[in-house]
This record gives sequence, C-alpha cells and structure tokens, in this order.
Amino acid sequence: MTISKELERQGTPAAGPAWRRRHVLDLDDFTAEELELALQTAAAMAQVLRREIPRVPTLRGRTIVTLFYEASTRTRVAFELAAKALSADVVSVTAQASSVSKGESLVDTARTLRATGADIIVIRHPSAGAPYLVAEHQEASVINAGDGWHAHPSQALLDLYTLRQHLQELRGRKVVIVGDILHSRVARSNVWGLTRAGARVVLCGPPTLLPWDLTAGATPSSSQPLDWMRLPPVEVEPDLDRAVEEADVVMALRLQGERQQTGLITSIADYIKHYQITAARLARAKPGALLMHPGPMNEGIEVAPEVARGPQSVVDEQVANGVAVRMALLYLVAGTQTRG
Amino acid sequence: MKTPSGSTLIVGGRFVDPSQGFDGPADLLLADGAVAWRGQGQPPQRAERVIEATGLVIAPGFVDLHCHLREPGQEEKETIASGTLAAARGGFTTVCAMPNTAPPVDSRALVEWVRERARATAAVGVLPFACVTVGRRGRELADLPDLADAGAVGFSDDGDCVASSRLMRSALEYSRHLLLPVIDHCEDPELAAGGSANEGYVATRLGLRGRPAAAEEAIVARDIALARLTGGRLHLAHLSTAAALDHLLRAKEAGLRVTAEVTPHHLTLNEERCCGWGWGTEERFLKVSRLPSSVSFDTSARVNPPLRTTADVKALRRALAEGLIDAIATDHAPHAIPDKLCEFDAAAPGISGLETAFGVSLALVHRGELDLSTLIARLTLGPARVLGRGPHPNPLPVGEGRVRALAGPALSLPKGPAQALGTLMVGAAADVVIFDPDEEWVVEPEGFASKGKNTPYAGYILKGRVLATIVGGRLAYAAERLKVTATAKAK
Amino acid sequence: MSETILMGPADVRRALTRIAHEIVERNGGCEGLLFVGMRTRGAPLATRLASEIGAFEGAQIPIGALDISLYRDDIHHLQVQPVVHSTDIPVDVADRRVVLVDDVLFTGRSARAALDAIMDLGRPLSIQLAVLVDRGHRELPIRPDYVGRNIPTTRSQQVQVRLLEVDGRDEVALITPPEGQP
Repeated sequence: MTISKELERQGTPAAGPAWRRRHVLDLDDFTAEELELALQTAAAMAQVLRREIPRVPTLRGRTIVTLFYEASTRTRVAFELAAKALSADVVSVTAQASSVSKGESLVDTARTLRATGADIIVIRHPSAGAPYLVAEHQEASVINAGDGWHAHPSQALLDLYTLRQHLQELRGRKVVIVGDILHSRVARSNVWGLTRAGARVVLCGPPTLLPWDLTAGATPSSSQPLDWMRLPPVEVEPDLDRAVEEADVVMALRLQGERQQTGLITSIADYIKHYQITAARLARAKPGALLMHPGPMNEGIEVAPEVARGPQSVVDEQVANGVAVRMALLYLVAGTQTRG
Repeated sequence: MKTPSGSTLIVGGRFVDPSQGFDGPADLLLADGAVAWRGQGQPPQRAERVIEATGLVIAPGFVDLHCHLREPGQEEKETIASGTLAAARGGFTTVCAMPNTAPPVDSRALVEWVRERARATAAVGVLPFACVTVGRRGRELADLPDLADAGAVGFSDDGDCVASSRLMRSALEYSRHLLLPVIDHCEDPELAAGGSANEGYVATRLGLRGRPAAAEEAIVARDIALARLTGGRLHLAHLSTAAALDHLLRAKEAGLRVTAEVTPHHLTLNEERCCGWGWGTEERFLKVSRLPSSVSFDTSARVNPPLRTTADVKALRRALAEGLIDAIATDHAPHAIPDKLCEFDAAAPGISGLETAFGVSLALVHRGELDLSTLIARLTLGPARVLGRGPHPNPLPVGEGRVRALAGPALSLPKGPAQALGTLMVGAAADVVIFDPDEEWVVEPEGFASKGKNTPYAGYILKGRVLATIVGGRLAYAAERLKVTATAKAK
Repeated sequence: MSETILMGPADVRRALTRIAHEIVERNGGCEGLLFVGMRTRGAPLATRLASEIGAFEGAQIPIGALDISLYRDDIHHLQVQPVVHSTDIPVDVADRRVVLVDDVLFTGRSARAALDAIMDLGRPLSIQLAVLVDRGHRELPIRPDYVGRNIPTTRSQQVQVRLLEVDGRDEVALITPPEGQP
C-alpha cells in the first residue's frame, strides 16, 4: 500500500492544483496557479537548503542529465546542485552544436541519453526551439536551461521568486528591463512571468536592440489569434531616465561584445552613457527599488560598480535562489515521469 | 511505366481551357499524343480508351515553373523519377527543373545530362533551367548562349539571389537576345543572412533571427531597374511580400518584360504557421483536423522566402486574381527527414509541394477569391507564357482590372499548337489533367510519391483532387476511382 | 458507499485529553518536548495536544509542522506529484524529545517518512508517535506510543478524520465501499 492510497483512504483533500507539465520549456503559457505552485515549492526547497545537511531523498534513483551546448558555469552548477540536493544522480554532457559538421544530431543524442536512463534532460542550446525538439522526440522530461534568444524559464522563475521575497505582491509593480532585449532569452521569459504575475513591464534599450514588434502597435497577423499567440502587455521606452522613473525593480541585462562588432550599437562608451544603471539613475526609481541582473555582470558596462553590489542589489540572492527554484522544477517535473 | 499512347476519349466532363477562353461541357479526343477533337456527341474517330469524366473538370495539364528535382547529386532527397511521379499526381504535365543540384547545372554537359535522365526516367515533361553564374557562386557568368543551345529554357541561381548587380545586368542583356528569362530569387543576402523566419512578430516572439520583407523588395526593385536598363527578360521567383508588388505593377505599366510567380504556400499560410499548426487570416483559410495547444517550432514551415504576414498573403492573392502575378509555381523543395528533424534555424528550407499545390490553390476558388478558369490559367497559360511557349502572342487580355491593359510586348513567341504549352487547342500536345474540384482528402505525406515528406499541410483537409494526368496522350497518373474502359479495337 | 461516525466531537476531545496526560506521564513532565504534526491533519492535532499540556503543566511547549512529501517512498508511482508545503519547526530538534503527531496510522509508511525527515533535521533525543486512530494493517515495523482509539478495519474501508480547523467539525468516520468494489 503506497502512501498516496493511504492518504486517499484517510480522505486528505486533493493537495491544491496538480502539476501536469512534463516539460518546462518557457513561461509563456504558465497559468498564475502554476507559477504560484512553482514558487511555493521553491520556498520549501529553500528551507531544505538552509539545513546543515541540505539534502532530501526525494529523487533518489532518478537520473538527471545536463546537456549543455553552450558554456555556462552558474546555470549548470545550479542544476547539478539542485539535482544532488534531491539525491538524484547527475550526469553532465558538454556537446558541440554545429550546423556544418555532421555529428550526432540533437534528436539522436537525446534519444541515446534517454535510452541510457535519463529521466530528465536539462538542455541549453544556441538554437531557439531546440528543447522543444528534444521534448517531442523522446520520453524524458525536458527542462530548458536557455535556448538561443528564445527562453530561459528557470531564470525568470528565480527572478520572480527573488522579487516576491522582497515585494510580496507583484501586481501593479513597475519592472524595467534594460539592455539588449532583442537577443535576450532572460528578457523574454521574464516578460511572460512578470506580466502573468500582474506586474507592469517596461523594456528599455538601444533602438536597434528593442523588439518593436511586441508593442501595442503591432499585432499578431491573425485577427483571432489563438490564446498562446497573444501579445504580452509590455511597454517600450528607449530613454532610460524616463523608463526608470518610479520603478520598483530595475533589471539590467548583459551586453554581449559582438553587438558592437556587428554594428548594432555604436560603441560601448555610448552604451554606458545612455544605458548604464548608475546610482543617479537608480535614484530616479522608487526609494529602495531593487537592482537585478541575471549574471554574469559586466561591472562598469551594464551596471556601475558602485551599485552592482550596493544595498539595492539583489544579484547574489538571485544566484542563491537559483538552486531552490531548480530543485522545485526538477521535483515537479519528476512527478510526471511515473513508473508505477 | 508508360501506358500505351493509343487514343483516348474523355467524356462527360466540364472542359476549362483559358487559352481558348472555353469553360463548359465538352468531350475531348486525344490521338497520337495530341488533341484531335473537342466537341459534344459523336467524336470523329473511335477511341481505344474512354475516360468517364462526369462531375469532373478537364483542363490543360499544369506547368510548374519552379521545382527542385535534386538530380544529380542529392538523390536521397528526390530523383527526377520520384519528383515527376509526384508532379503527375499533382496534375502537372511539365515541370521546370531548377539547377541548384550537385554539381549545379552550369555547363552544356550537365544540361544534356538532365535532359537525357528525364527522357529515360521522367513521368512528365521536364524542362531544365541552367545557372546564371558558374557553380552558382555568383562570381562569373556561365556560358549562357551555350546553355541555351543545349536546351536550357531559362537561367537561375535559385536558392540564392544574383547578388552582383553587374552580373545580373549582364545576364539580363543576354536574356534579351536569347529570348529566355532570367529567374531571380529576390532576397538580399546581407539583409536576410542567418534568418530563418519573417522578420516580425513571430520571429521576435520565438527568438529567431528574421529575414525582413525589405530584403525581397530591395532586390525586386534592383532587378526591375536592370530590366528597364537592358530590356532584358526578367522573371521574379516566389514573390512573398506586398511591397514587391508595387514595383511589379509599375514595371508592367511601363511595358517592361517582367513576370512573376507565387507559391501556394505564400498564398495560404502566414508566419504563424512556424510556431504551430493552423492559423487564421480572417478565419482559418484551410481546414485542419486539430488545433495546436501551445507554441512549437515547426520546421515544415521553414522556407525561403519565409511565410510572411496576413497583409502580404492577402495582397498576393489579389495580385494573382488580377493577373499582376502571372503564375503559380510550386517551388517544390523535397528534403530528407534528418534535414528537417533538427533545430529550426538549422533546418533545410523548403516545402515538398507538387502533390498539394492544386488542392491548396483551389481553396482560393472555394473561398470566392478567384474563379476556376483564372486559377487554371495561372497554372497553365500563365507559366507557358513566362517560358515563351504560350500558344499565341497575347490575343487574349492578360489580366483584369488595373492589370488588364498590360498586354505589353509579346511575352510569347508565335508558336504553333504542337509546340505550345498550357493549351488544349486542337493540335496541341495531349497534356491533360482531370480533377474533381470538390473531393475532400486529408494530406498524408507518408503517401506522397515524392521522397520529400516535408510539408506544413500534413493533416490538412483539402477540397479538390487530381484524378488523372495525361502526358503526350499517355496516362502518367490515374486515381483508383477513375473509370477508364478499354473499348473494342478501333477499325 | 456507506459512512458510520465512530467518534463524535466529545469522543475526540476525550481521546486527545487522555493522550495528553499519557505523554506527560510517560515523559515525566514536559521538559524538552517538541510536538511535530504531520501535515495536514496531524498539525492541528499537535497544536491541540501541546496547548492542552501547556495549560495543565503551565509551560510553553514548542510546536512544529512537518511536510513529508519529499520523503515519500512512492514518489515514482503517483499520478500527481504531491504539493510540497513548508516544514516549520521553530526550534532545533537536537536533544529534544520529539512527539510526532498524525491523525491516522495505517501502513506505517507516512510515519517512516516522517522519521527520516526528522533525522535529516538533526539528532533528537527520542521520537515518539501519537495518533488519534490506529486502523491496523501495518506494512512496516512501526508502532505508536499513544493511540486515541483502535479501529479495526478491512483493507477496502477508509477512515476519515475530520477536524474543526480543516473540515469545520470534529469526527471520525468509517467509510465502507459497496460489495464488490475496492
């Protein structure tokens, strides 16, 4: 007799909304309840991490494979620690993504991993949509750790989690995301998560790096878009000083070096002048406004050194919360991989 | 494989031949590979075979200006044999083969190779295009006169644009004298580089690099300017944007020798098809059997030029109806499964379209945007004229409305009926298609004759189906339900 | 489905009062006690026991709530992943005499999970188990130290404890499925 049947017979009420997602690919179609459940679970996991021995036996016997086609220290380590804290077995695979060389295809690689026992595949890949392909063609659960410019759901969740710790209620709060929005999966997933949580999102950056298609002026082609094709309600404001006024949160994004090389921004100096988060700019936001950054930070570029780790910065908390949030995702998704 | 030619009588159908301005009940007698008689009642001679066509439509076999048969060198994707079988099932009796094979068709020897291969293995007529530049590398002009002499019916570096304006100019100058079109794939390589979807809302949402509409418009404008400069013969391949149409209209108004084609997919799908099934302009244009529930990255919708916005789709339909766009061409681009079973930006662009082209295009007729006769014209007479193989020098109006007056300098050389394409006037080659305009069927790529199963229409319910294709009097394809009876031997 | 109420509000109250006194007697007072209720219904029961003891002994007894979701042995076999709630234990378990409290003791697996959970938090002096109802059918060598009532049952029957704090009333119901149904 398993515990579940035992609880059933004892008449414990259904424990809240059920998690039915086999994969975590993007936050775009998460309901408010699902976000809530993920954050609540993360809180429980954070408790576990505060113990002297930060470990529970929950995912013992499960195998989690991190399949990273892009270099990453913090995300990969966070997933590995999360898996270990849940007593799962972790295998890390570094792979080469190349459209030119005819190595093993992504689908073949994923199928092989599944065949050798992976229950969950955590994948980071430079091509948008790669995790969707992996999810569609084999049975393991897939968690997207970043696919090209498209999505980074675990980052957005840990950002939401961090914000909730400080602000409790996100409805109506003004969150400004600054930087290279066009190429940012962090920005996209945060847009979905934050707007779903009821926050007001303003996107700010150089005009060449802003997604003008997403603003109210543009609409999806169809006059009756299907629900998941809806536009997230965001505002776009190219002037940073205007954008940060009365903001509750300022989130700075990393600037990639090649944006200047490919002519998308004029110069780093120019970027700093117009888009760096300085103490002065932060002062235009609400008092005590939070400063966030998904990392790794280019101190002196996106963020001025004096505010990067200043009293308003929650950057280190974001990193710490990353393990708890990922534990939550692994736990929730593992539940859909039943064997009984 | 080839059924005996003999003589065939097609009775009881509705005969539609835009080249003769005919649309009405009529029977057709085919003999010795040509059209012998059209009328009603008793035919002048006994036929060896009778095809019962009650409730069906009979028309000239379709002519595809643009398809990729992948031979030589890419036989895993398609061969001339499998591709022409697919063409026959789609109602096409002549197809033009693009030269971006491996090696590309840039020399006399290769043109001759393709023609010979087609003679030996093709189920329908194959006309070869040859490259504009050597190796399609865009650096030096291929020997265009020699290629024409070998049998090429036009020149294209399709797959790529002719990026060098200097070379494009020279090619158009040659085209003027060779009387053969230069077909350009209009996408500025620098603007479109690395992109996999239309630059717009869907690309932004999915995080894909975009290919802007301006990339097409820029090259269309350039090519038209060069056509004006040289008096050359320009054909614009697979137009996909409303912006290009403005330039095209002005070119035709000015009497330039410019023509254009559009694909069935650019007429019926928009960019949203990339992120899942089904879509809608005003409402879902084609019937689908299930609806998507969340975002996906559907490589079957990955094509160059990309699927664009609803506004573009609507403008293309209008232009097609008016005759501003001369022809529907499939851009049949078959790929092997691994080429599409990968990340969206790594997927090979292209749709295997020969077998769905007609059913998809017929949706425009069912929706009242186009009448049947006009649709057939865009699949027969229009392409024939682009190739300079129309039955006569434009005695019939080319289009309607604002395009009506654009008869322009003759696009067609005077050709007797025997050498003409896209017509079933008496004496013309017996290239016939018989179809049921109302039969509904579900697109199942596994059942395609083409090796390429890559289509965004998988699972769609199309209304209108080809039941028979006759090439030179021989049945190249016949559906099971077609009633063909052999009569007693003719005296 | 037929339902019989085996214990009403008064029965529940008396059982808890007796257990409370037994706990104090067996532990020679309430020094070092820590009550940990197993979510969901063990938690209000723990609170009641601790308050009652606190009242007649005149002491403040620490109370905690434990979520065992992360320690279940059947995580691979569930249709739906249980929602993880927080574990709130306000003091260190080290050197404490922990009294685990649950509403119904059945196979013993929940109790086993709770033991693992407590052990991961620290090294208590002892762990004792108090349950309102013991319905038999143990599958593990777990025995309760304090029992409100023993209710013999068949495997197919269900015992439902309802509490004021969760369900709006105090009662214990025995539910019997119709003949031939599991």
